[in-house]
Amino acid sequence: MIRLDNLTKVFDTPKGAVTAADHITMEVPAGEICILLGPSGCGKTTTLKMINRIVRPTSGKVFIDGEDTTDLDTQELRRNIGYVIQQIGLFPNMTIEENIAVVPKLLGWDKAKYKERARELMRMIALEPDAFLKRYPSELSGGQQQRIGVARALAADPPVMLMDEPFGAIDPINRAVIQDEFLKMQQELKKTIMFVSHDIDEAIKMGDRIAIFRAGRLEQYSRPDELLANPKDDFVESFLGEDRALKRLNLVKVRDVVSDEIGTVSPGDTLETALAKIDDFGYQNSILVVNDRRQPVGLITRAQARTTKGYCRDHFQNVPATVSLDDDLRKVASLMFSNDTTWLPCVDESGRVCGQITQRAMTHHLGSRFRPSEEAASAPDLATKE
Amino acid sequence: MELIQYALDNLDLLLSRTIEHIALVGVAVGIATLTGVPIGIAITKNERLAKAVLYVASIIVTVPSIALFGIMIPVLSLIGQGIGYLPAVIAVLLYSQLPIIRNTYTAINNVDPALREAARGIGMSQNQRLRMVEIPLAVPVIMAGVRTAVVLNIGVMAIAAYIGAGGLGTFISRGISQSDPRQLILGALAVSLLAILVDYSLLALQKRLTPKGMERAAFAE
Repeated sequence: MIRLDNLTKVFDTPKGAVTAADHITMEVPAGEICILLGPSGCGKTTTLKMINRIVRPTSGKVFIDGEDTTDLDTQELRRNIGYVIQQIGLFPNMTIEENIAVVPKLLGWDKAKYKERARELMRMIALEPDAFLKRYPSELSGGQQQRIGVARALAADPPVMLMDEPFGAIDPINRAVIQDEFLKMQQELKKTIMFVSHDIDEAIKMGDRIAIFRAGRLEQYSRPDELLANPKDDFVESFLGEDRALKRLNLVKVRDVVSDEIGTVSPGDTLETALAKIDDFGYQNSILVVNDRRQPVGLITRAQARTTKGYCRDHFQNVPATVSLDDDLRKVASLMFSNDTTWLPCVDESGRVCGQITQRAMTHHLGSRFRPSEEAASAPDLATKE
Repeated sequence: MELIQYALDNLDLLLSRTIEHIALVGVAVGIATLTGVPIGIAITKNERLAKAVLYVASIIVTVPSIALFGIMIPVLSLIGQGIGYLPAVIAVLLYSQLPIIRNTYTAINNVDPALREAARGIGMSQNQRLRMVEIPLAVPVIMAGVRTAVVLNIGVMAIAAYIGAGGLGTFISRGISQSDPRQLILGALAVSLLAILVDYSLLALQKRLTPKGMERAAFAE
């Protein structure tokens, strides 16, 4: 857990005092990723760097796991906080192994232990230990170097990590890969992480919580979905972008929107039956054909059912796509658009049809959170425990 | 032909004076490295002090060596060392300060700020940062400064023959006073050759001392 209590930094500049961070008070619960987000110069990086005293706070306190860090020795404090920076900062004079082992060495681990730890971390970041440990940073690609940077920060297994735009200098394709790998690692590691970003999409993807900064102040601190649904003011709203409703598609799973009521026909039914069912269920265009294991096999369209006689098994069309319960709505929307359809069947892990998802249900789900409901009106802007 | 014959006839003398020359420069630059590197590191902490130190070191280099020897004669005579070995070593020591201090200062100052921040952020003390990161990274540039000092002072040391310090300069000074071109040219050639050879061997040493991961970066040109 990281708790900031009225953390303030005032820089003395030739033009007078500048308040880079103004009484920042917030708490990141253990095991969560908090993204500090905002335009440049908003104080997010200053706030982050006050936690490990790269920037010395003017006033205020930092608590880690409930302990006031004010009186801790600076070096001791830093060795127990993982630190990842955008420029990566691997030491070019050291091998990958030496880079990873720096903090354990400073902490006085014995050789066998930190060597084994380096191998373990390499496996965790999916780089072959034998191929990489003896090499130097200059021999690695940017993406590989930043993986090593993350491994170095994790080396002594600190409970808390600070990451300053860690993936900002990596090309977009590799960035997405590293973000996914990191999230996967985090599911096991459960570190408490403060993460500076200026990329709203990265924030929504990586963050359990997002803190929006503006001119040294913490403007809004919420969970991503809450932030996108209820931006506190015009600044936050404009920062999130006009397509913020679309961004929420990433955050909502099919599971949350799916309707388990779905009318189907079996291959042995006649087209007459199919037409009747289409009307019964009020479907506009088509009905799904499932086999006896309830796996989707095809579609019968209304036009077909009306004009043709025979059995469904002889007249179905291919199912354009199916979605699973853990897909996000962004994927669903994309599939709907590309297949020109307003609904898609939803299948469970074993491929059985378990419901359907419609455009209407999606827009309703997203729209209901945008309407100023009584829940939103009373929700405090500093997100509390949910 | 005459020159080669002369050199062969005096091979022993040539060899002993070369060794004398190397010893003089070696001792002086050695001491200069021991003083210049710590000074160069120390002044990175204070920009104004750095400017002052580098300014003084630059002024010293502008003093002609003959004049420097002249200044030292009355001063060192007080301890009975007005001419000979001691003033020669002191002169080279002083001339070596500028390249060594300046290169050390520049190299430490030019360490990538991101590396310095990473080193601080993971909890290295100032001394650990110097020892584990900054000095290893600065070694190539510091060594380049030492090389400059050595090559520069192999020439300066030739003049020290005039104050009786010995070395290869003796051939040159005798060649002039005795109007003997053989000695003069032999001395001049030997000094030049020595400078070139020492420069190359120090370059080899510099490459050896350069941390492995930096080889490509340091010798890209």
